[in-house]
Amino acid sequence: MSPELKGFILLSILKMLVVFTVVLVGVALLTLMERKVSAWMQNRRGPNRVGWAGLLQPAADGLKNIVKEETFPAVANTGLFLLAPAMAFIPALLLSGVIPWAAPLPISVDDFGEAIHAGLTSLYLEPTGRFISWLFHLVFGPVSFHGVLSGAVADLPVGFLFILAVSSLGVYGIALAGWSSNSKYALLGGLRSSAQMVSYEVAMGVSLIPVLLLSGNVSFSEIINRQQAGTWYIFPLFLSFFLYFVSGFAETNRLPFDLPEAESELIAGYHTEYSAMKFSMFFIAEYSNVVTVSAVASALFFGGWDVPFISVDPAHPGLLGTVNLGLLFTLLSALVMFVKTMTFIFVVMWIRWTLPRFRYDQLMALGWKVMLPMALGYVMIISTAIYVIEHGLGIESARTQSWILFGLNLILAYGVFGLLDRGRIVSGSNSRTRVPGPGPVAGARRVA
Amino acid sequence: MKFFTKAPLMFQPYIPLLILIGFVVANAILMLGLSHVLSTYRRTPVKIAPYESGMPVLGDARERFSVKFYLIAMLFIVFDIETVFMIPWAVAFRQLGQMSGMLLIEMFVFMAILGVGYVYVWKRGALQWD
Repeated sequence: MSPELKGFILLSILKMLVVFTVVLVGVALLTLMERKVSAWMQNRRGPNRVGWAGLLQPAADGLKNIVKEETFPAVANTGLFLLAPAMAFIPALLLSGVIPWAAPLPISVDDFGEAIHAGLTSLYLEPTGRFISWLFHLVFGPVSFHGVLSGAVADLPVGFLFILAVSSLGVYGIALAGWSSNSKYALLGGLRSSAQMVSYEVAMGVSLIPVLLLSGNVSFSEIINRQQAGTWYIFPLFLSFFLYFVSGFAETNRLPFDLPEAESELIAGYHTEYSAMKFSMFFIAEYSNVVTVSAVASALFFGGWDVPFISVDPAHPGLLGTVNLGLLFTLLSALVMFVKTMTFIFVVMWIRWTLPRFRYDQLMALGWKVMLPMALGYVMIISTAIYVIEHGLGIESARTQSWILFGLNLILAYGVFGLLDRGRIVSGSNSRTRVPGPGPVAGARRVA
Repeated sequence: MKFFTKAPLMFQPYIPLLILIGFVVANAILMLGLSHVLSTYRRTPVKIAPYESGMPVLGDARERFSVKFYLIAMLFIVFDIETVFMIPWAVAFRQLGQMSGMLLIEMFVFMAILGVGYVYVWKRGALQWD
């Protein structure tokens, strides 16, 4: 193996450990954030006993879940019952590996052992540095890297397709959990969940087609570069973002689409029979899916790690000018990506306490009869508009094109939010309560 | 021969992905295993019965369920494959220059064919839940 390839693999493993740790710890802290946000919205305090302001609560919960008693229902299929949490956990965490979390970092190091030595020497740790450098050479031999290190663990040329493909694998875990538990609540929850996830996956896939139309590429780094050269895709593709985000709620089984685990109907849905770490793994998978949906939304529509008004491409300067790629900019861009992702995660929690749960027939009607035709129609409108702008009007500048499409979106948004549906396709909550039959019962008073 | 010399570079982005898959699978096994080793396990007849809100269990959960779920699964396959067709079309759309008019017409024809099926499915009530 060449020193260059070795350097690439070692740096990738380093990135993987960082991303994996941040995601797992982040997911644990998200459970705390969810409880704190809920408490804040309901005017109570939330967890505040364990650690400062309840910060150690997730650690306590995690520890409790590891040592808690595992239950295996006697009638369950033990093999599948054990496999199901792993099947939910694995795809959910794989997804975080292809999202670019920061700007690419140019690295040019001839020998990593020597670099460690030099770095520690500059920190007045000369003997330790010499020992670590010797150990490094002993274990790995010569390791070098020259090139640009991507901000994603694996910067796939097909990152977008990978996200679509692997996120649909999550449904296996849920369907298996529901079926193998051999419990009625779990079965109903699993069935509901799989039907809901596959329904909204269609709408989600189609709603992202306009992004590909504009970017002409399926790799995340290229899509982000295009957004730097033009504008963030939220402007030309506003409705696309709206459709994606709504289907994201359904994909992650969050309110207002949390039918699979509607507590008042199904106890806990597909994970009714699960306890201890297996329950925890479903939880980690669910929250990590929320993180992925938020991160993909910010990568595809809000420029990902793109710092507003600052460009790294001299050909398309931002309003505040251009900067060179470097460690400082990578850290800044990671912070920007973090803020964008956290904003969406907060919106997800906010919606939970804003909207009531849909009824199941309303949910399916919304997915198949409203979102899918809307997404298909939007693809046709945007592709026609792009053709007219490029070949009819002959406008080449990506920014001008974006703003023309933004104008079109404003008109369409009025149609969608102002005119469409209004209880005509998705039946309202009170349309079924009208009881057919002979008038009101004699003596019953009408309640206004 | 050229393929073999170029292939390693082309597949380089997939190496970290393979490592990540291994790492995540190992983590899943570790979590399940650790919890299995550390947890106590005392079976009682009530504890290992399926949970039905504390009532004695009535019958088995392996019942027949609504045919609607099968219908949705079949519709999903049709429309998801259609999404798969649209992805290469969308990526190629702007790169073909003057040819993109042709692509646009093709997609309109495709949508029309799809639309007929969609209206049929809707009118037959396959999208109706009640």
